Amino acid sequence: MLEIKNLHAEVEGNKILRGIDLTINAGEIHAIMGPNGSGKSTLSYVLAGKDDYEITEGEILFNGENVLEMEPHERAAVGLFLAMQYPIEIPGVANMTFLKTALNAQRVARGEGELKTPDFMKKVKELSAKLNVTQEMLRRPLNVGFSGGEKKRNEILQMALLEPKLCILDETDSGLDIDALRIVSDGVNALKSPERSMLVITHYQRLLNYIVPDVVHVMYQGKIVKSGDKDLALQLEEKGYAEFTGEAAA
Amino acid sequence: MAAVKETVDQVKQIDVDQYKYGFVTEIESDKAPIGLNEDVIRFISAKKAEPEWMLEWRLDAYRRWLTMEEPTWAKLDYPKPKFNDIYYYSAPKVAEGPKSLDEVDPELLRTYEKLGIPLQEQEILAGVTEENRQYSKVAVDAVFDSVSVATTFKEELKKAGVIFCSISEAIREHPELVKKYLASVVPVSDNFYATLNSAVFTDGSFVYVPEGVRCPMELSTYFRINEQNTGQFERTLIIADKGSYVSYLEGCTAPQRDENQLHAAVVELIALEDAEIKYSTVQNWYPGDSEGKGGIYNFVTKRGDCREKNSKISWTQVETGSAITWKYPSCILRGENSTGEFYSIAISNGYQQIDSGTKMTHLGKNTSSRIISKGISAGRSNNTYRGLVSAHKKASGARNFTQCDSLLIGDQCGAHTVPYVESKNASAIFEHEATTSKISDDQMFYCQARGIGEEEAVALIVNGFVKDVIQQLPMEFAVEAQKLINISLEGSVG
Ligand SMILES: Nc1ncnc2c1ncn2[C@@H]1O[C@H](COP(=O)(O)OP(=O)(O)OP(=O)(O)O)[C@@H](O)[C@H]1O
Ligand SMILES: [Mg+2]
Repeated sequence: MLEIKNLHAEVEGNKILRGIDLTINAGEIHAIMGPNGSGKSTLSYVLAGKDDYEITEGEILFNGENVLEMEPHERAAVGLFLAMQYPIEIPGVANMTFLKTALNAQRVARGEGELKTPDFMKKVKELSAKLNVTQEMLRRPLNVGFSGGEKKRNEILQMALLEPKLCILDETDSGLDIDALRIVSDGVNALKSPERSMLVITHYQRLLNYIVPDVVHVMYQGKIVKSGDKDLALQLEEKGYAEFTGEAAA
Repeated sequence: MAAVKETVDQVKQIDVDQYKYGFVTEIESDKAPIGLNEDVIRFISAKKAEPEWMLEWRLDAYRRWLTMEEPTWAKLDYPKPKFNDIYYYSAPKVAEGPKSLDEVDPELLRTYEKLGIPLQEQEILAGVTEENRQYSKVAVDAVFDSVSVATTFKEELKKAGVIFCSISEAIREHPELVKKYLASVVPVSDNFYATLNSAVFTDGSFVYVPEGVRCPMELSTYFRINEQNTGQFERTLIIADKGSYVSYLEGCTAPQRDENQLHAAVVELIALEDAEIKYSTVQNWYPGDSEGKGGIYNFVTKRGDCREKNSKISWTQVETGSAITWKYPSCILRGENSTGEFYSIAISNGYQQIDSGTKMTHLGKNTSSRIISKGISAGRSNNTYRGLVSAHKKASGARNFTQCDSLLIGDQCGAHTVPYVESKNASAIFEHEATTSKISDDQMFYCQARGIGEEEAVALIVNGFVKDVIQQLPMEFAVEAQKLINISLEGSVG
């Protein structure tokens, strides 16, 4: 599904990604962990197409298509979704309006035609109830004044509605209370399918108890320095990143 | 826009009238000589078959205008119009204009299409001459250049006792009303452009709603500018008698053109006891090309007088067009308990310059006013809100709420807010809120990452920003306005 080959990216001359290789097959769940500033969010933004980054080397293929040549909204339409670490506030635009505009834009881009309003409403009601997103939150301007946890739940609501093929979750667990963590994890797990892949960025092994990864990667200084199964996360939880930071410094 | 046979007949009727009065009948010479002098004013007055008093009134205005200077206080930068290079009167041309839509600027047709204007109306708006029209053989209610066409709804309005006609007709048919109210809100020497308008106005609307009548329909006139070098000087006068209500819609679309064009309209509204006037404008004149060349210069004086107690005047405007906009729809709150409202969306893109706002003059007791202004600047444009809220000594209990928001798209445009407040009464309560925000790259990216393309994202954010004002527009107008907003911001990103 996703193939990242020798990806190098920099911002304002600072090299941040320094040769990422990562392959995610359909149906797989991968986790990325790593110290602050190692480039995890940068990788997720580069995948989604934020244009602050200069790609100096490498390629990204999504179902065989060259993603780097696509605009962010085109990437979204082919099924790439990024639940952001810091969701953006948009004053004046009702959450519900945003959801509808996004869904229909993607559907139109895929040639599926717009969803009828009653069908849309039904779907949103169902999903928002599951994710504990209130009607009031749907009416309010997008993310404006939402608490940290509410923003994250709202991201997952968007994801559930848009049904992407690749879900990238950047620290979706940060800022969630214990109950919300379970609700969000249930929401994510409900989306698991043999056709859908996930890339979960987190600092905490606990999330991976709920969303169980097939592969865990450690990222450090813009590279994947180790990959393993879910037990790798447990080891990291215990020992921290000293092993890698020491190695890399040497 | 209803297009009916009856209207065509009425247009023909007007031609017949002109024969009757013995004026120039040759189509080609149906135009005053270029420039402005007393003879041109006599020509206009004669063309309109005006009574002597009106001619004198015009000449008086003209003489005053000669002593006046163009105002320079607005934040606008433009070459001074050459008032002697303008034609001050031109009737609709029969022979000129494109022969079919194939000859019309495709850019313009694209805009019509996006606005959902049917082909037959596109032909008319684009100025395809009647005998060449493929899709429509009839005229619509419109101000064709300077002669306004009698409206379709006349019969029904007549039943209600509402007078809705061209100002020229009102001068001939209802001189007592015109004499009583004309220039009673905007005095002849109010300002340079209003005085010029008083001297040379060629058409516009007249509305009188009698006591206790709720006007049975929205009154609307579509404006357009169609002929090169023709100044447009509309004069509109609306009177709502005691306990009456009227909603008036003004809208326009202009064909693309190359030369700057002067427009100086005057609109006067008078609301008597318990009466209400709602005046809505969607203004979409040619703003100039991508380099800022051409475009309409729009200097408008719009003022409403809440003359008696419990009256209400509400201005709603969506300004998307013109190269230069100088416009301050205002309310004089004279009657006790009267209310003035100003809801505005002003969008500037490209090289457009807007200096617009309102004046709320509180004279009477317990008067209240409300101002919601949403300015959007994109491209290299400049957008200024200029407002004055004042309370007279006797205006105890006056209240105003002003909210002034600016939204910037890109970093080469400017937004400015100049709110003046003057209170001579200690009990007046004036509140003012202002914000300036920018569509950030992060907001754009967030929308795009969810599948929304750049232009749609701008439209989404802008529509959110303006929705408080859009809600003030009559339904069908709101839809049109929303489309217009999106079109006028095209090309503002990327
Ligand atoms: N616009 C920018 N200009 C300069 N440096 C940047 C910019 N964006 C990111 N960086 C730097 O790139 C590095 C990687 O940042 P990134 O946000 O990808 O880290 P992260 O792994 O997601 O960290 P965290 O765990 O704290 O979220 C950091 O050192 C950061 O300061
Ligand atoms: Mg991060």
